[in-house]
Amino acid sequence: MAFESTLEMSNGVAKITLSGELDAGSAPQFKSTVEEAAGQGAKRIALIVPDLEYISSAGLRVLVFARQKMGKGIDIYLIGAQDQILDPIKQSGLLHSLYTAETYDASTIETV
Amino acid sequence: MISRIDTHPTHEYKGYKLRAGKLQPFGATLVPDGVNFSVFSMHATSCTLLLFNKGANEPLIEIPFLDQFRIGNVYAMTVFDLPYENIDYGFRFDGPWEPENGHRFDNTKILSDPYAKVISGRDVWGRTPDWDKPYPYRSRLVIDDFDWEDDRPVEIPIEDLVIYEMHVRGFTKHESSGVHVRGTFDGLREKIPYLVSLGVNCVELMPVYEFDEFEHSKRSPDSDELLMNYWGYSTVGFFAPKAGYAATGKFGMQVDELKNLIKELHANKIEVMLDVVFNHTAEGNERGPYISFRGIDNKTYYILTPEGYYYNFSGTGNTLNCNNPIVRGLVLDCLRYWASEYHVDGFRFDLASILGRDQFGAPLSNPPLLEQLAYDPILAKCKLIAEAWDAGGLYQVGSFPAYGRWAEWNGKYRDSIRRFIKGDKDLVGDMAQRIMGSPDLYATRGPTASINFACCHDGFTLMDLVSYNEKHNWNNGENNNDGANDNHSWNCGWEGETDNPDINALRFRQIRNVASILMTSQGIPMILMGDEVGHTQLGNNNMYCHDTETNWFDWRLTEKNADLLRFFQHIIAFRRAHPVLRNRYHLSQSDYIGSGYPDISWHGTQAWNPDWSANSTALAFMLCGKHARGGQAQDDYIYVAMNTYHDALWFNIPQLPAGMQWHMSVNTSMPSPQDIWALGDEPVLGEQQNILLGNHSVVILVGR
Repeated sequence: MAFESTLEMSNGVAKITLSGELDAGSAPQFKSTVEEAAGQGAKRIALIVPDLEYISSAGLRVLVFARQKMGKGIDIYLIGAQDQILDPIKQSGLLHSLYTAETYDASTIETV
Repeated sequence: MISRIDTHPTHEYKGYKLRAGKLQPFGATLVPDGVNFSVFSMHATSCTLLLFNKGANEPLIEIPFLDQFRIGNVYAMTVFDLPYENIDYGFRFDGPWEPENGHRFDNTKILSDPYAKVISGRDVWGRTPDWDKPYPYRSRLVIDDFDWEDDRPVEIPIEDLVIYEMHVRGFTKHESSGVHVRGTFDGLREKIPYLVSLGVNCVELMPVYEFDEFEHSKRSPDSDELLMNYWGYSTVGFFAPKAGYAATGKFGMQVDELKNLIKELHANKIEVMLDVVFNHTAEGNERGPYISFRGIDNKTYYILTPEGYYYNFSGTGNTLNCNNPIVRGLVLDCLRYWASEYHVDGFRFDLASILGRDQFGAPLSNPPLLEQLAYDPILAKCKLIAEAWDAGGLYQVGSFPAYGRWAEWNGKYRDSIRRFIKGDKDLVGDMAQRIMGSPDLYATRGPTASINFACCHDGFTLMDLVSYNEKHNWNNGENNNDGANDNHSWNCGWEGETDNPDINALRFRQIRNVASILMTSQGIPMILMGDEVGHTQLGNNNMYCHDTETNWFDWRLTEKNADLLRFFQHIIAFRRAHPVLRNRYHLSQSDYIGSGYPDISWHGTQAWNPDWSANSTALAFMLCGKHARGGQAQDDYIYVAMNTYHDALWFNIPQLPAGMQWHMSVNTSMPSPQDIWALGDEPVLGEQQNILLGNHSVVILVGR
């Protein structure tokens, strides 16, 4: 399945929806979306990923980039990740930098 | 702002933009808009950089280093606009083929970077390689962007360490481990609570540098088992973590996964020590493969005979030329990298005596490499531990050049405690030295120079030490000729596993005896993974080649031998609670603070009257708590009595100062849970003057 990423701003939260396979070929697209979110002054980032099927090391690197680009004061949420996405994130230590949730709860995440 | 002019390409080669590179650091380094490649060779006549798409057999491009890109013996070039996350790289060197002069250049070989931070090719453990691949061990680039937060090395004082020697894969590969991805760094991370409950505060990881588990692999002549390089004492890349140990190795994320493990160990106050193998490489002798050094500059990197063959002080085919200034630089760069990038707390050097040999193989009195490591500012807080011997006959236990920094695996402690507990004669005097931290060996270095152990990966497990008189290495396919013959083991009456309850009781008692003596000896105790639960290797004392359940930690033993595990947990807690057991400086056997008792006093079946004769099988000692840490700490008094005789013996206990009483902490002849008492729960001893020790048993009393 081809990779897609969309950005929607909601009450200061950048909701980035990812689907398909996030690999070396698609990682630059994801990176651009993160940069766009930063440019729009996002106070939080929510990565909506239930339809993300695969993440490669290049994709994981963009998560690191996102963490560093946004700075420590801005929380990043990972919403609805499947095990094959969550496992490498956990094993490589990136989970320390993220919050995870099964579903997007606006009452929690959009309380900025 | 005007951008820097030194980050622009100045040359072009077949569409690739280039400029003369930075000579240092060596290896491949990400620089603005490009990658800097720098590699040394003294005797090459030219060098070419090869770039590949990840995993591809054919290179994308071969870029020769232009003449103006070489300064001295270093070839350096920056290549711009590389998709560095999807690139493998290697080198091709031209130079003389003159084996008799030490030169083995072969420009048909693609060579890995000696400084490669990631090496691909064995990404998933045990996956059969494509043997025809022209470039099997592939250098890759790494991005050092791991988020360490506030982590840094733990810096536990060395006298407070309890070391746990372990194999990353073997710890969780067994089905019973229950971890998410078995046999990996991440699996080990999941088991950190177990290490915390055991009480160890340092893990010594057997080699985690990239190695090839398929090196010399073969089918066992007696079974269908594929014999492999399981231990990993044969380095392919000194700067690269073993990808096959990472659940994320298939993503190329092994760097992050290992760092994550170290970070979480540190968060639990557990140090990480790496077992490093600088004495040789996986290139073997003249019949071995070209991986890196042989084709880059054979004469610089290896110790060679006058005829150009490889000296074999390591017993594995070649010997790294560690006191050549270039190789010294490599070793130093490597250790600095692990200390700074991975926050590693210390190193144990395999066959470290080789590091003290000169370029012709002769032992040096003042080896520059060892001195340099001892005084290095980045390694200043790292523990440096030597396996102070090599396969070429150099045995330096007690005499390893230490520079006030180096500790040693104390092979004499191992031999003495093994012989002592089985009741060998003429051992009590020697054992007294070992218990005091071996002042006979380390008079000026203190007890912290002594890493005390009874068992390590090399040899019998502790359970096998008390279950076998002889090694049983037939499964190794070497006609039982491999492995040590001088094991000082005792099978307690039957060779191997038995249903005899008396023999089994004696074996478990002997294990407890070893643990008790080890944890009450001055110096640094080290235990082998699995010894705390009675792991057996079925009498094999050289399990380097078995990736099987016999080698893996069987987590069911934590329940089957829960009593033994409980004993280890309590005896480790006992050591960590009593500073009088963990002195930095040698005991003086005198009273220098006026307590009325020497810091350590020796006893036998009669108090104050030890029997030092050759036939003695009874020894006891008392530590005066007021002398703990040179009188700087206050502690209980501790009395340890050891009976290695085959019958029970009465021991007369030394009298405590007025108002104090002896409490029972350990009695290895008692069934669990009376074999050891939790801290603070030790019952007062009813009879304060004498105590009966069962045959082959140890008692520890606490005076307070």
